[in-house]
Amino acid sequence: MSSEIRVPALGESITEATIAQWYKKPGDAVSVDEPLCELETDKVTIEVPAHVAGVLSEIIAKEGETVEVGALLASIGEGQAAAAPAAAAPAAAAPAPAEPVSAPEPVAAPQPVAAPQPAAPASAATQDLSPAARRVVEEHGLAPEMIAGTGKDGRITKEDAMQAAQSGTATASAAVSAPASAATAGASIAASGHEERVKMTRLRKTIAARLKESQNTAAQLTTFNEVDMSALMALRSEYKDLFEKKYGVRLGFMGFFVRACVTALREIPAVNAEIAGDEIIYKKYVNMGVAVGTEKGLVVPVVRDVQDMGLAEIEQAIGNFGRKARDGQLAINDLQGGTFTISNGGVYGSLMSTPILNMPQSGILGMHKIQQRPVVVNGDVVVRPMMYLALSYDHRIVDGKEAVTFLVRVKECLETPERLLLDI
Amino acid sequence: MSEENTNSFDLVVIGSGPGGYVCAIRAAQLGMKVAIIDKRGAPGGTCLNVGCIPSKALLHASEVLQETQHAGDMGISVGAVKVDLEKMMSFKQAGIDGNTQGVTFLLKKNKVEEIHGAARLTAPGDVHIDLLDGGQRSLQAKNIVIATGSEVTPLPGIEIDEDRIVSSTGALNLPSIPKHLVIVGAGIIGLELGSVWRRLGAEVTVVEFLDRITPGVDADLAKNFQRALKKQGINFMLGKKVTAAKALKASAKITLAPASGDGAEETLTADRVLIAIGRRPHTQGLGLEAIGVTRDQQGRIETDAHFKTNIDGVFAIGDVIAGPMLAHKAEEEGVAVAEHLAGKPSHVNYDVIPGVIYTAPEVAWVGRTEEQLKADGVDYAVGKFPFSANGRAKVNGTTEGFVKILADAKTDRVLGVHILGAQAGNLIAEAAMAMEFSASSEDIARTCHAHPTLPEAVKEAALAIEKRALHM
Repeated sequence: MSSEIRVPALGESITEATIAQWYKKPGDAVSVDEPLCELETDKVTIEVPAHVAGVLSEIIAKEGETVEVGALLASIGEGQAAAAPAAAAPAAAAPAPAEPVSAPEPVAAPQPVAAPQPAAPASAATQDLSPAARRVVEEHGLAPEMIAGTGKDGRITKEDAMQAAQSGTATASAAVSAPASAATAGASIAASGHEERVKMTRLRKTIAARLKESQNTAAQLTTFNEVDMSALMALRSEYKDLFEKKYGVRLGFMGFFVRACVTALREIPAVNAEIAGDEIIYKKYVNMGVAVGTEKGLVVPVVRDVQDMGLAEIEQAIGNFGRKARDGQLAINDLQGGTFTISNGGVYGSLMSTPILNMPQSGILGMHKIQQRPVVVNGDVVVRPMMYLALSYDHRIVDGKEAVTFLVRVKECLETPERLLLDI
Repeated sequence: MSEENTNSFDLVVIGSGPGGYVCAIRAAQLGMKVAIIDKRGAPGGTCLNVGCIPSKALLHASEVLQETQHAGDMGISVGAVKVDLEKMMSFKQAGIDGNTQGVTFLLKKNKVEEIHGAARLTAPGDVHIDLLDGGQRSLQAKNIVIATGSEVTPLPGIEIDEDRIVSSTGALNLPSIPKHLVIVGAGIIGLELGSVWRRLGAEVTVVEFLDRITPGVDADLAKNFQRALKKQGINFMLGKKVTAAKALKASAKITLAPASGDGAEETLTADRVLIAIGRRPHTQGLGLEAIGVTRDQQGRIETDAHFKTNIDGVFAIGDVIAGPMLAHKAEEEGVAVAEHLAGKPSHVNYDVIPGVIYTAPEVAWVGRTEEQLKADGVDYAVGKFPFSANGRAKVNGTTEGFVKILADAKTDRVLGVHILGAQAGNLIAEAAMAMEFSASSEDIARTCHAHPTLPEAVKEAALAIEKRALHM
């Protein structure tokens, strides 16, 4: 019996991918989880692993070909190796539903959303569920990876699954067609042109579930401040050419914001922490999630160990990520493991916003649009380039005083950038 | 090695019962230098020497006797069956010796130094020992674990002479089968030993202060259990208090009065009386007062979540602290304290500690009883399945009893499992595992159980929660 290898679900607004490379050729023996080929999409590159052991019998889609989600890539025949317990085919293995092709994501949302992670085949996760939890998950079409488990070592109990079914927070995005009646009911209105019903895509649902999970879990609130960008802008215009010549990367503001946050995080560790069970993990390193806008939407690659990096290295790393994002070269790994996030709604003109935490992080800084505004300096009204800053934080582990102090520290470092140099 | 070195340890455990020796072994596994002290001369504590193990030897032997007596029903004729009590006692002793030697082997294998003597704390970190074979020794310990267990609770005004009036220790070692054995206390120990001597031919009368047997056990289970014991010929006198017990030359006289207050006294004559009203923490002579270890009103050593007493470096586990006096509870605590001292996370889940009464039928439970759930205001569903509907129980001729599963009415999470029947003590393991993983009754119901086995009754009880038992 041969087993089919198909293009896995890749995320919202990604309906097709290009085959970058085949690692195996027909006749090669493959083992379970061994990568077979690499797919490129506009946002990420991913490897397609073998889900059974055997011999690659046929490659259907050649290198360079563009393939749709769910399309047949290859087949694996029974070989010498005993067939491992086959994980069932990925949920999206059915012929791909026509997703709204290339509809650009709504980009106005200032909330950075964690990576479009191709969900693992649902079956893998359901295999590990207890029998009753599995029954509930399957009956209600839930995505187990989105259910918070309260059992031993975080396992999902029947109760957890039932709760998720009730609250609808973990509805799987598998290509299950909506109940016919709902579809027809919608159709009549749609026909009149007042409404349009579009199926939520996998990524949209992931985003929705993550955001709600964040709001349901953390005690979130936001503190604001404003920063006079004059000094930073002056510094930048003076050195940007020299900087770019030396490092080959533009001197932007983001590097300064990252440095300012690192300084403040070092002083207020609660903002760089997470809750794990009944313990708090304080991280002695900073993996900074930095929102990068692309044509396809906002992604948040993670610059690792920024505490050890200079301004130029940070700018280079961000620049690299920007390029990778544009070229669709971001790997899943680039989007994971952040300990703090900087989001920038200012790119789209936002003057003020309350970012939502990327769980399990305890803080997220919101940058906004720089706008000339009258402010009072030493008793005189003057015009200054001002930016509002927002810090959303998890009040469960960050006290108000800590949050406010953090933001004041960020403001100080940005208004008088020499502080970053002097470390004061 | 210098003198100082041989007497200084990372951990000194006082008491080598199941809590103590398990703690010592685990600590040694984690790289600590460990000594364990016991004044009994053999490791294993009450459990191995005068408790669980010898009583199970006698329960097993007497059960074999009973089965043999009924072997004719299965077409096996064995002629007249006789009991050689002396030989039965040496069978019991062989069981004890095998187990205690096993513990000594394990301690040695893990390089735990076993010291025979009575230990006393002279200061935090300092342990003084009066060695059994004379002489003294002083140890320095970074940490000390008190695991000295428990002792028989005496009945005020009644002297236990271990001849006519005995504790469980004496009742495990009677020189002859009593004609009439009176047992004061219808708890686990009294009923197990009562079963032993009843099967061996004694007339057994159990006197209990409360109006029910086995307090704490699910009432439904206790009622059916009492019925089963009654059928075996054990007499019960409930709601009675013992006002006097006196050892005579060849018998003992025991005076009872209604527990509820005034009423006519009555007298029982027996050739042996077993006082089995409970056990109390054993904390005497350990020097606890000297170093200021605090105890609660019941005399139990007070500890925090990591089993530390109010004195730094002094820990306590098992029967000397709060909680059920069970070997397996002490073992869990012993492991937890050793892991805690090694800087590892440790945890004992007190909601999932099984209890077993090794009679026939056996009684076993884990989690909360119906009474507790009612008191806690929990809305629960009951799934019950009788062994009379279980194929294996039928051919084994052990159809007495049932499995009862209590699950949360809303979430279906298993809250308690109560079993009366043959092998209940083995059957409860599955329930404990399920509860440890926060399983629902449906999880048990959807797990494949081998046929034909007694565990199928557990599965059927789980099915019965949703009123879909298949074989009823």
